[in-house]
Amino acid sequence: MNPPLEFALMSNGTSMAWADVPEWPIPELVLRTGAQLERGARLCAWFGVPEGGAVRVVALIAFDADNTLAVARSEPARGGYPSLTATHPQAHMFEREVWEQHGLEPRGHPWLKPVRRSAGMAPENGDFFRVDGREVHEVAVGPVHAGIIEPGHFRFQCAGEEVLHLEIALGYQHRGIEDAMVGGPRRATMSQVEVISGDATIGHATAYSSALEALAGADVPLRAQWLRAIALELERLANHTGDLGALANDVAFLPTASACGKVRGDFLNLTALICGNRFGRGLVRPGGCRHDLQPDRLSRLGERLGQALSEVEAAAGWLWDASSVRARFEDTGTIFAKQALDLGMVGPAARACGIVRDVRFDHPSGWYRLAQAPVAVWPGGDVFARTRVRSLELQRSGQFLREQLGAPVEGEIRQDVGPLRPDTLAVSMVEGWRGEICHVALTGADGGFRRYKIVDPSFHNWIGLALALRGEAISDFPICNKSMSLSYCGFDL
Amino acid sequence: MIIALESAVRLAVWLLLAPLLPGVINKVKAWVAGRRGPPVLQLYFDLARLWRKSVVMSTLASPGFVAGPAIAWVALAGAAMLMPLGPAGGAISFKGDVLLLVYLLALARFCTAWAALETGSAFGGMGAAREVSFAVLSEVALITAVLALSVQTGNITLSEMLSLSVGSGAMLLAAGLFGVLLAENCRVPFDDPNTHLELTMVHEAMVLDHSGPPFAVILHGASIKLLLFAVLLSQVVLPVGKLSPLAGTATLAGAVLAVTVCVGLVESLTARMAFRRVPLILTASFLLCLFALLLALKGGA
Repeated sequence: MNPPLEFALMSNGTSMAWADVPEWPIPELVLRTGAQLERGARLCAWFGVPEGGAVRVVALIAFDADNTLAVARSEPARGGYPSLTATHPQAHMFEREVWEQHGLEPRGHPWLKPVRRSAGMAPENGDFFRVDGREVHEVAVGPVHAGIIEPGHFRFQCAGEEVLHLEIALGYQHRGIEDAMVGGPRRATMSQVEVISGDATIGHATAYSSALEALAGADVPLRAQWLRAIALELERLANHTGDLGALANDVAFLPTASACGKVRGDFLNLTALICGNRFGRGLVRPGGCRHDLQPDRLSRLGERLGQALSEVEAAAGWLWDASSVRARFEDTGTIFAKQALDLGMVGPAARACGIVRDVRFDHPSGWYRLAQAPVAVWPGGDVFARTRVRSLELQRSGQFLREQLGAPVEGEIRQDVGPLRPDTLAVSMVEGWRGEICHVALTGADGGFRRYKIVDPSFHNWIGLALALRGEAISDFPICNKSMSLSYCGFDL
Repeated sequence: MIIALESAVRLAVWLLLAPLLPGVINKVKAWVAGRRGPPVLQLYFDLARLWRKSVVMSTLASPGFVAGPAIAWVALAGAAMLMPLGPAGGAISFKGDVLLLVYLLALARFCTAWAALETGSAFGGMGAAREVSFAVLSEVALITAVLALSVQTGNITLSEMLSLSVGSGAMLLAAGLFGVLLAENCRVPFDDPNTHLELTMVHEAMVLDHSGPPFAVILHGASIKLLLFAVLLSQVVLPVGKLSPLAGTATLAGAVLAVTVCVGLVESLTARMAFRRVPLILTASFLLCLFALLLALKGGA
């Protein structure tokens, strides 16, 4: 594939001068981005950068097969522009977000409504797609749920038990993190990044730190990269285990539910063994890591990891052996590979459609340039496939961890990051346990953040859940939801 | 006078022992999962707590919101009084009382569904719709079982029907009625009494809007129903009525406990099934009862 000249090429974890990013009138940018998406590229981020009273739109696309990222920007624009979503659905949420944040209207967007609606009305009071008919009824669930989960509003259009359409309205946890980053980095910034989505602390903290290091042109000691990879995989193990148990619980299959609930805690405690916090807060810092893994704790970590891995392997085995569980998982909540590709889905949800898409493999950075785990893929796209992929990732991440713990690197764990280069754009992507975490940082003339864009994998994937429910029984919503296990706060920012 | 006293004692035994069963089921589930679990008496504590709370009423709801659970509870307690207890027989017994039993259970269901529809919430409607659709099949199975018993014994009085062993059809009836027991009492694999997921609930969705004493009455009524079915199932298989009072009571208690433990084991080891498969299992229960009926007819000839 010839490199697209309309875009500047870069790779994960690098930066380039803002002035070197190719600039196009916005209708041109839409056309050219569309042409690249047509050729198989994937939209990673599409966001606005305010300039004067106008807005520049930045497009970040990924050529996964070429391990290359490409970036371009528009000239300052106001008012509106022809929508990219009309031809390429994967831009739908990005364009709605740009419209909400900057008032730039994508003309021809098929479903233009706010993404979070932080000011003014609550999300459940917005407009919803409605199905009319004598037999059709509407079911509204949330934002307050019966269990202890995050707030979100789900509006189902049903004919009896069958779901015709599901629309998801989020925004209850909007905290304004992107706005708080502008002008930074400040002392509080690192802590704010760690709670973008609290169960993906390591993922977001690593993405942020790499972006900062790219902006400063700093190198990270190898041992710190090694430690970050270990923490990231531990995070994946803990969350996948917890969700395996939750899936079993949602179909009332108690053996796996009980066992996984316990083992999840064991994995979290391993992260606590490294840094003193079960969710990995305070471990990853720009320039390296704040805690080292001494030899005695390293050996203890290895022992306890082996124990927990064998327990989760057994618990997953019970799940696969129970025909009553398979009957619930198979052919439930199917997302077709074409849909997943069109919507630009990421992470285990995409890999469960048979798509090989993993940042650790496609755009490796940090320790993953030196060591890799095989990508876990399963065809089918149903709840069974998503559960299967997560169970496979438990095995492969476990194996990866065993190998890495057996061959520690020596050296420093932290280096000073100098001042950030002014007027520079940096891109950093990490394969968190939910999928691709993408951070784009742009510095101003003073070397502080002018714009900081965060794309949580949930931002790509929520629409996939809505599609998975089409034609399904409404009572199967919980297992579809849990098999995707998306973040509300990561979406709401 | 003595009859009145005996009836009062019998009613007290039913009302006091019923909440024990859910506690036993939860203990079995906890034991299988390797947890300590809630105390066996947890439901008693819950009932006491709920009884002291006030009632939250929707402004839309009519008095049926409270009357429904109350009538359902009375119907279930009445059904319990009809059910013979081994050698002691039934408190009230007359020719055809078995029909009244079936109708009292149906009345209780009607009233619970009525109360669920009162608030006009989507969940109440969804739960009620599911409950009555499943009931169509489980009632057929129950009535067929009753028919098999009456053909076998040539009688339509409960105490007579249950005092004889059904013979070769007993195991078929037991299997069929166990399925009906699980479905009627909202246990796994038909329903999940522990779930917090509103969209998957059957019975729980119907009572989501209830609180305080009416909710306590609903929970207590459900436990009476569970005990009722466990007693019925035990007496269908075992000829308890022919034993001496002491041995009969002990056997009945042991059999009820065994049924309860079986429910707990089923909940521990199987997943809940999808709604679209529920009719299949209930039809299987019906067929088992139907074969028992055929056996009874053949045996009679």
